[in-house]
Amino acid sequence: MSRPERVLVTKIGFDGHDRGSRIVAAILRDAGMEVIYTPPWQEIPAVLQLAMQEDVDVIGVSSLATDHLIVPDLMSALAEAGLGHIQVIVGGIIPEGDHPMLHDSGVRGIFGPGAASTEIVESVRALANKARAARDAMEML
Amino acid sequence: MNERPAPPNGKAIAPQSSKADLAQSHADWEQRFDAQIGEGRTVTNRSRIPVKPLYSPLDWSGENYAESLGMPGEPPYTRGIYDTMHRGRTWTQRQLIGLGTPQDYNRRVRMLLEQGASAISLIPCNSGFRGIDCDESPLALLGTCGTVINTTEHMEAALDGVPVDKISTAMNDPSPFTLFAFVLGVAKRRGISWDKVTGTANQSDYISHFVANHMFYRLSLPGARRVFVDHVAFCREQVPNWNPVSVVGQHMQQAGATPAEAMGFTLATAIQYAEDCVAAGQDIDHVLRRFTFFFDISISFFEEVAKFRAGRRVWARIARERLGAKDPASWRFKFHGQTSGVDLTRQQPLNNIARVTAQAMAGIFSGLQSMHTDSYDEAIAVPNEGPARIAIATQNILREEAHLCDVIDPLGGSWYVESLTDEMEAKIQDVLDTVERAGGMYKAVESGLVQRMIGTSALEHQRKIESGAEKVVGVNCYTDGSTAPEPESYRPDRAAMEAHVRAFRAFKDGRDQRAVLQALDALARAAVGSDNVYARVVAAAEVGVTHGEIIACLRRELGFGQPLMVA
Repeated sequence: MSRPERVLVTKIGFDGHDRGSRIVAAILRDAGMEVIYTPPWQEIPAVLQLAMQEDVDVIGVSSLATDHLIVPDLMSALAEAGLGHIQVIVGGIIPEGDHPMLHDSGVRGIFGPGAASTEIVESVRALANKARAARDAMEML
Repeated sequence: MNERPAPPNGKAIAPQSSKADLAQSHADWEQRFDAQIGEGRTVTNRSRIPVKPLYSPLDWSGENYAESLGMPGEPPYTRGIYDTMHRGRTWTQRQLIGLGTPQDYNRRVRMLLEQGASAISLIPCNSGFRGIDCDESPLALLGTCGTVINTTEHMEAALDGVPVDKISTAMNDPSPFTLFAFVLGVAKRRGISWDKVTGTANQSDYISHFVANHMFYRLSLPGARRVFVDHVAFCREQVPNWNPVSVVGQHMQQAGATPAEAMGFTLATAIQYAEDCVAAGQDIDHVLRRFTFFFDISISFFEEVAKFRAGRRVWARIARERLGAKDPASWRFKFHGQTSGVDLTRQQPLNNIARVTAQAMAGIFSGLQSMHTDSYDEAIAVPNEGPARIAIATQNILREEAHLCDVIDPLGGSWYVESLTDEMEAKIQDVLDTVERAGGMYKAVESGLVQRMIGTSALEHQRKIESGAEKVVGVNCYTDGSTAPEPESYRPDRAAMEAHVRAFRAFKDGRDQRAVLQALDALARAAVGSDNVYARVVAAAEVGVTHGEIIACLRRELGFGQPLMVA
């Protein structure tokens, strides 16, 4: 890969606990990625704008208190904004019963408590590659 | 029967006659220990204190007993803040709850009271934490993590049949304390005088919110500081048996602070609050009498016990020497403990019952005044009813069956616990000194110093778990691949929530709009003037002004916080 992966680590919805998102941001940064980190309580339009401006490959959404329930709204907003190539992963406390709903909406990975750093880094790296390939394909059209 | 190995050299162990003999036999033991275990195997606790394999009178002799420990109920309160401690009265069982509509909350709270809970708490919906009303929130999120309470009417429904004059109440109610205003409104409607209302504003610590929960989205840091001081003054005048201040170490430890850091930052915050109240003309003994603290109890058992024992001692010294409080009752470190959710695992979730038991025991041995035990499904979902019952039963078993309350401060006098208490005290003092050099807690938070220190500790702990240095059963060891069926996640009934939002809209349309505007105007004027802002919050809530409207008004007048980016 010619330039480092660009990842947006954020929280949408209402929960303000950010220990997890900070740690994941630090792990990705230490793995050599360019990390754009936001404080919690972002609104979806703000996330879209940041993702576009910063030209990110992957968005990592942290949810500890059911905020993942509005991740499908983020997914459709990304698609509508022509940012469908951006790969989205979710981390935190995500009940298993909600996994199908998230996968169906296009989420590419779900990481619970206890997920290993290496697992997260590898997954983000692969997804960033995928995002870039998808974007290149879009530009060729 | 196995024969015990003979003592080394075949000598019987004689009673130690002198320190020199003790030192010699300790050195002999150390040699044997090192020969069998190997040197260089160090153990360090979460507060970065090296822990030795054995403690003896060489580490703690008890010669300063009176000054460093004293009797329970006697300064420096190391052994407990009351004469009788858990022999006289055990801790208050206060389980945090909050879910769904006010009616859902009411059902759950009545169940807990029937089961022996002696106090209640209320967690509002996260939309409330964010500072907005239900009609501005995505429906999918409403009531999933707390109860949707935006008005006095909502609080009335939530507390239906709950005697607010007889039971102690705790509200997870950050500045500007709208939930408490709603409770006061309910009391007034029921003809209960406010001096009968007891309990704690257990989220009054705006500094910890800024550090750990980004509460700047509600009010700016200086704005929250103003409301805080007015709230304390208002309660002193109007609700004298309410504890308006709960200084919260829990948020910071959950966010990653070590136990010593959490205690140090919390005491530094308490100093800041006390000095702010005194600067506003309040009497230090009045202020401190109503101070309470709220802490995380992690699974690092002895470290937690030492943290609380040291915390009591340090606070007594600060209250007396630095803050100049005259009444020994003002030096008491009253605290609520909550078992730590961070230690719980999603893997093999039933194991969390054992973890909570160990954490709760640490809390009990620490002499806490009030406790919440986590449900085992906390790492998976908002606690369900079954797990919530087990969490309460855990407290009941420890209190009624395990004889943990027979002796006050039962770990006191242990060479290990006493020397660890001294070492924790030194660590806590280091943190206090660091904050002092930064200009006090307010400035240390404004500059991001505290947030950076906590971030460093959080990452360090995570790395220890990943490297296996810190073991977590089911996560980095004993991962047998088995998964217990995941408990179902609580979700409020969608139709009931929709009806709740509709009723809220109708309520807003049907209010006395003139009274609402007048109340908001008075609130805005108090915010920029010198009237007590909190008195205006209470008055506004009484005439039907909503949670979101009160916060929006104060935000306009007192400022909206800026996100503090600390990478």
